[in-house]
Amino acid sequence: MSVHTFTLDGQPVAGAAGETILEVATEQGVSIPTLCHLDGLSSVGACRLCVVEVAGRPRPQPACITPVEEGMEVVTRSEELDEWRATVVEMLFVERNHICSICVANGDCELQDLAVDLGVDHFELPAMSPRLEIDSSHRLFAIDHNRCVLCTRCVRVCDEIEGAHTWDVMGRGIDARVVSDLGTPWGASPTCTSCGKCVQVCPTGALFEKGRAVGEGAKERRPFLPYLRRHGAGTR
Amino acid sequence: MSGSGQDQAPAPARGEERIVIDPVTRIEGHARITVTVDGNGAVTGARFHVTQFRGFERICLGRPMHEMPAIMARICGICPVSHIVASSKACDEIMAVAPPPAAVQLRRVINLAQVVQSHALSFFHLSSPDLLLGFDAPAGDRNLFGVAAAEPWLARDGIALRRFGQTIIETLGGRRIHPGWVVPGGVGRPLEHDQRNAILAAVPEALAAARRGLRWYREQLDRFSEEVESFGTTPMLSMGLVHDDGTVAYSDGDLRVVDGAGTVVADGIDPRTYHEHIGERARPDTYLKATYWKPLGHPDGLYRVGPLARLNVADRLGTPEADDRLGEYRERLGRTPQSPFHYHEARLIEILHGITMIGEILADPAVLDPHVRAGAAVNRNEGVGVAEAPRGTLFHHYRVDDDGLVEWVNLVIATGHNSEAMDRAVAEAAARHVRADRLTEGMLNRVEAAIRCFDPCLSCSTHALGEMPLVIELRDAAGVLLDRAARP
Repeated sequence: MSVHTFTLDGQPVAGAAGETILEVATEQGVSIPTLCHLDGLSSVGACRLCVVEVAGRPRPQPACITPVEEGMEVVTRSEELDEWRATVVEMLFVERNHICSICVANGDCELQDLAVDLGVDHFELPAMSPRLEIDSSHRLFAIDHNRCVLCTRCVRVCDEIEGAHTWDVMGRGIDARVVSDLGTPWGASPTCTSCGKCVQVCPTGALFEKGRAVGEGAKERRPFLPYLRRHGAGTR
Repeated sequence: MSGSGQDQAPAPARGEERIVIDPVTRIEGHARITVTVDGNGAVTGARFHVTQFRGFERICLGRPMHEMPAIMARICGICPVSHIVASSKACDEIMAVAPPPAAVQLRRVINLAQVVQSHALSFFHLSSPDLLLGFDAPAGDRNLFGVAAAEPWLARDGIALRRFGQTIIETLGGRRIHPGWVVPGGVGRPLEHDQRNAILAAVPEALAAARRGLRWYREQLDRFSEEVESFGTTPMLSMGLVHDDGTVAYSDGDLRVVDGAGTVVADGIDPRTYHEHIGERARPDTYLKATYWKPLGHPDGLYRVGPLARLNVADRLGTPEADDRLGEYRERLGRTPQSPFHYHEARLIEILHGITMIGEILADPAVLDPHVRAGAAVNRNEGVGVAEAPRGTLFHHYRVDDDGLVEWVNLVIATGHNSEAMDRAVAEAAARHVRADRLTEGMLNRVEAAIRCFDPCLSCSTHALGEMPLVIELRDAAGVLLDRAARP
């Protein structure tokens, strides 16, 4: 196995070929904010929270899908990165309706935690306030699209771990939605095994167990099946 | 509460003038009073307008039923607990479950704690300045700081009683405002031994403060005989919840209605059938829906709710000391006092009763039972929940689809029940105290004080005291300024 040496925030570090910047940073105890990434699932670089600066590259790079290279100089914290990350979080908030005070995930929400960590305490962008539906047709679970950040963890866990592939993404851009079985109501899904993994990995209150009141949506977010992880599996 | 009101009073008739009190201060929410005077400066009418539109009956459509208590709590920062209790009870109905006995008792405790803290706010923080310093005292002094300067113990007791209630709410519910602990099917967590002991330890001091406040109020009452007689004494029905044994109820019980003479008009009414007995009217000049007792029609069926009405409908409170005070109150004022001024005393008696009841309920070790929640899916598509909020009877009525998403909501809120009674109080107080040709701020303060007796909750959190300027302008029908009184 070849090893690449490079600098992370000025410190010399080493990573195996195929490892991502995020993986090496995590091993080194350097914290990089993430949202769509979840250990044990493939990475898709969707949310852009984990962007880092790499010397010589014109744009910030998503750490979760950028493999380490020999001699690269990576910066994980800077004023500019903080601002970009805060902007990403602000845009996620204004795009849909995230009202923490009445949310089942209040107090156990990764979007809320990111806002706190990144100092996003108000919005300067106008809220879009879309009217989105809730699919509560499943016997045990419901999905509130108002709170979905399109991280696609549910899509990946259902496909890669449960093997059911109930979830997909339909539509493009602002109209993109997570859908069950090509738009079939969840309760009528022929593929869903009701395992609940999608609910457990959801970073917000978009997917939740029915019957939970506000703030009662604490989830089990341990990494899935770590033995499935292998170096290089982080990128698709 | 989503009456199709608009924010305009009818135009004055020819030759009439109008005095506008905007905003009304030291109440919870935003409102305006319009006083109409004739060409000779005599008052011909007065109206109370709620100028805020909240729209909660619409906001929650499409939301999952289990969110309802938390959404409804946001109606108000003063009495969120009553909304949470009524909302959770409506959800209990939809799930067709009976919450476990410990949960029922704990819901009672948190609702009583809110009655105590809210009543303390109303009496000590908002109304005691008028009673201690006088209605004509400088407006800048008529606040809790003025009270603290003149009678420090009175202000301290008010703050202590409010803290007593708020601390219980925080202990049980996890936070002082909008606690999410009362949930469909029961409560979120059982009561811990240490928490119970901490609450019980605070009871004696709170009782002492409640006794001092009531004793002091009774000493002041003689100074206000003119206000007692002029704050809307029209005999009316009273409505409230009572237990089977005739004691006052706050979180359960059935509806009872008595008339101005104390005769029982209706009794044992299942509150879930409220819509068969209570009519609702939207009015053009206020966002407040008004209600009336259907069997008597409008306006004969006008009624009051809240502390005065609760003491009128109940045979007794159910705790010995508070019942003694109730007996003295009735001996002095009659079996069913009609002047809204007596809301103050009723409120103080209820504080005494509430603290005692909290102590009695928590003395029973059964409240520590860890089984505090019943779970179920949607088993009915409709549910009504009722509770006595500090200001009066509160109904939450929901319809949901088979998946538990809310399809229709009706809320009947204490201040709505009292709406027309408040109008009459304002009109009577204005007719007695306001003279347009020699307008003083103290005159208008009496009109506001008539409203404060009801402690209306205009669906909102508190004002910052002392920061709301009040300007009263008297203009003729052509809009020419005749007189002006300003509050610093």
